[in-house]
Amino acid sequence: MLDFPSSFALITPELILIGTGLVLLLVAAWVGDKAARAVTIVAASALFVAGLFTIPGLHLGVDGPDSYAFGTLLKVDSFALFSKALIYLAGIGALVVAPAFFNGPAASSERGLRAEYPVLILFATVGMSIMVSASDFMTLYMGLELNSLAAYVLAAILRKDERSTEAGLKYFVLGALASGILLYGMSLLYGFTGGTDFASVRAGLEGELSTGQLFGLIFVMAGLAFKISAVPFHMWTPDVYEGAPTPVTLFFATAPKVAAVALTARVVFEVFGGQVQAWQQIVMFTALASIVFGALGAIGQDNLKRLLAYSSINNVGFILLGLAVATPAGASSMLVYLFIYVVMSLGSFTALLLLRGEDGNLFETFGDIAGLAVTRPAIAWALLVFMFSLAGIPPLLGFYSKFVVFQAVVDADLVVFAAIAIAASVIGAFYYIKFVKVMFFDEPAGVATGKAETSHWVLLGICAVIVSPLGYLLTGSLTDLTNKAASSLFLAI
Amino acid sequence: MDFPILTTMMLVPLAAAIACLFAGQASRVIALGATLVTFGLGVMLWANYDIGGAQWQFQEKYELVAGFSYALGIDGIALMLIMLSVFLMPICILASWDSIKKRIGEYMAAFLFMEVLMIGTFAAQDLFLFYIFFEAGLIPMYLIIGVWGGDNRIYASYKFFLYTLIGSVLMLIAMFWMVSEAGTSDIPTLMQYDFPGGAQTWLWLAFFASFAVKVPMWPFHTWLPDAHVQAPTAGSVILAGVLLKLGGYGFIRFSLPMFPEASADFAWFVFILSMIAVIYTSLVALVQADMKKLIAYSSVAHMAIVTVGLFAFNVQGLEGAMIVMLSHGLVSGALFLCVGVIYDRLHTREIERYGGLSINMPYYALFFLLFTMASIGLPGTSGFVGEFLSLAGIYQTSSLVALVSTTGIILGAAYMLYLYRRVAFGDQKNADAAAMKDITAREWIMMTPIAAVVLWMGVYPESFLAPMRADIAALDAQLAAAAPASDAALASGEPLSEAANAMEFEGHDGEGQH
Repeated sequence: MLDFPSSFALITPELILIGTGLVLLLVAAWVGDKAARAVTIVAASALFVAGLFTIPGLHLGVDGPDSYAFGTLLKVDSFALFSKALIYLAGIGALVVAPAFFNGPAASSERGLRAEYPVLILFATVGMSIMVSASDFMTLYMGLELNSLAAYVLAAILRKDERSTEAGLKYFVLGALASGILLYGMSLLYGFTGGTDFASVRAGLEGELSTGQLFGLIFVMAGLAFKISAVPFHMWTPDVYEGAPTPVTLFFATAPKVAAVALTARVVFEVFGGQVQAWQQIVMFTALASIVFGALGAIGQDNLKRLLAYSSINNVGFILLGLAVATPAGASSMLVYLFIYVVMSLGSFTALLLLRGEDGNLFETFGDIAGLAVTRPAIAWALLVFMFSLAGIPPLLGFYSKFVVFQAVVDADLVVFAAIAIAASVIGAFYYIKFVKVMFFDEPAGVATGKAETSHWVLLGICAVIVSPLGYLLTGSLTDLTNKAASSLFLAI
Repeated sequence: MDFPILTTMMLVPLAAAIACLFAGQASRVIALGATLVTFGLGVMLWANYDIGGAQWQFQEKYELVAGFSYALGIDGIALMLIMLSVFLMPICILASWDSIKKRIGEYMAAFLFMEVLMIGTFAAQDLFLFYIFFEAGLIPMYLIIGVWGGDNRIYASYKFFLYTLIGSVLMLIAMFWMVSEAGTSDIPTLMQYDFPGGAQTWLWLAFFASFAVKVPMWPFHTWLPDAHVQAPTAGSVILAGVLLKLGGYGFIRFSLPMFPEASADFAWFVFILSMIAVIYTSLVALVQADMKKLIAYSSVAHMAIVTVGLFAFNVQGLEGAMIVMLSHGLVSGALFLCVGVIYDRLHTREIERYGGLSINMPYYALFFLLFTMASIGLPGTSGFVGEFLSLAGIYQTSSLVALVSTTGIILGAAYMLYLYRRVAFGDQKNADAAAMKDITAREWIMMTPIAAVVLWMGVYPESFLAPMRADIAALDAQLAAAAPASDAALASGEPLSEAANAMEFEGHDGEGQH
């Protein structure tokens, strides 16, 4: 028997977002792009309010039967709430930086910020919300597709820009392929276990895995690996990141990553929790391969967005390393890493959005940012902080994220994997310090112009303070939250 | 709780560093003031250090939520190295007074951050806190070399950064394992913890990867000449003076007490690398045409004497290694300053461009001579005390190692005297070199304190040895069980049946019978 009042209470944030999204869609249709700015502000506020609704649950920690909504379709536990809060934050970030970019001279061939942009971000966020709280393969797929469809359009939102269109198309074709793979895996699991909700699939998988079940598992893992852009399903990432407008890249690098990683974590623990041996090696391989390829692939890049794309592949590797440990400590470290990664990515992309050349175009290559420490010292120092943090150099917070992951890995007696990963992180450090080298050691190339809105500086400042050593003050409550979230994930096991 | 002097010593330069970032030209004065205040605090620290008192003093501890604690505290060894750091710092600021023109605020800030991190590294009593300070030093040093360095600075900065990083990340993995095994990240507790023998080998190697790069030991030393040559003068002083000591400090604080059995097993490995280093780098130093490179190679040779002394497993060796570290910090720092003085005037480090400087720069030649002699290890200077003790220590363990290391000292005399002859004596080959003015008041202020301490340490080393004595004795007691066999110790052979000068007793029935 479905208990509607409590179910609706559990999905209040999604209801708010869907409602606002639909209303704003009508506004966008009737009022047009004149209202774009207002729509953006309302959308950001809706995300903020939705985020507020996650706080009580996050604080108290919800899990067990109380967290199920609509039978077993959704499970709004601490883990889902933590991921949602992070996704909403990233969504707000993507909205805050948008108006200045689309109204700026870079996108001059277009007609400025379109009112659809915030609406699409809202729908993508709703999709991700559903993804992270899915506890049935059907809801999982619904959320995933809602998110993906919005994301395809977002990537191609600069319609007259060839690269943006190409990115959208590429994302769409490869994304559809991945969805197909995932769907096939799900259908295999359904066929061999007789259920679509996580609990019954899990029950059906008890004991030795049959070949069909194993194939189902592998196809599901492959589909998910595509969504989180883990090696060997990563090749779309650099192209999409480079082609998509920078605010959209910022969004792609943060929110969908959180959602897809959280989804993967939930699937491996709640569905395949009894077959840790079966997926652990897959995830471990993917993690190490992502770390190594992410580090190596970035070395030759000249385009900053491509570089950050490889950096995100690299970081996803470390996140998956936490997942591959398959312990509550590992899952908790993964969430800590996700949070810090989101902050670092938001910060780095915001900094890039602040840099425009004399022609008004955004800086895109290393050549553009040469000598930035002289021309725009504040941005250069902020980027320095983010780059060293991404490289994991103490005392910046990026070190802490690697710290917790490696601690979990070593505690689980996987020392060899930790050693491989950390050696690859040194390779990765090369291109992060190259970033610093170009900004600080090289002679200034061009003058960076372009005024930015205060909101950019505020976002940049907040990210920089969190990443700076002051961020360690946050680690207490962060660890508390991630531990709660991780434990609710492990309740099923 | 007492006045948190260690934290204050870190907060003063930290606050000044942030101020410097925004201060522009005024940052010189701010930096000098802050480093002098820190030095004053350091003197207070030394004065209040209770020799023979508790092993760990000035302890501060706050639990952090991040999985480790903010725990500071020093023993005599850390005290001496902190003193070295805070003593060299104002001199570095003075050395950069005129020579650094661009982005002075950021430069001073980088140096002050460096000072915070160095004090933190020596004072940290938590394994991870140590790692954070140890590793964070890469950021300011990378910037110092890369922004204000010489022509080839970018290559040197990359090399410095990546070399050091790869060493230390392996150590981090080992630290995780240790903490998970011992259940604490408290360094004094870990120093007493008995790690299983098999694991010690791996842990020792992981720590060795980090410290051997830092020391640097042959063949991990190749980043050093590049970094030294390209860094600005003050950067070289800090590199040679303090950063290299982090490696030696790491051995004496972690490798030896925490993994004594593995240290004993690997002692010969260290000896062999050190012997190669002493001979090979000394020979390389002999043929250098660049003054900074010559001193950089001599640093590698001197640090090899340190590692030899450390792994001698006896009190003399350990004390000697510590004194060599302190002395080398002062002397090589001073030698880099000497190079800096003439580099500022002629903008070349090529030895051939100079000659006969004792004619037009007599005071300079005097200081240079003193530091050259101290580097060689002339009795009366600090170098002699350290090298003598180290070699005396290693002789008890292996006379072969002592023999080879001593050869290195002779070669050291060769390359240093050869350098001095070419720079200070002989003809004044170049007019511009001959026209250089003698040292200025600022340079006097830089050189005199170092010269005074070098002589002090040479004549009365007791002041420096006394605070460390108890700690070194404790370490030696801990190591004694694992010490490798000695080939030079007195062996107890078969007792003789008679005294050695006994004479055959003849005539049993001779005069004896009255």
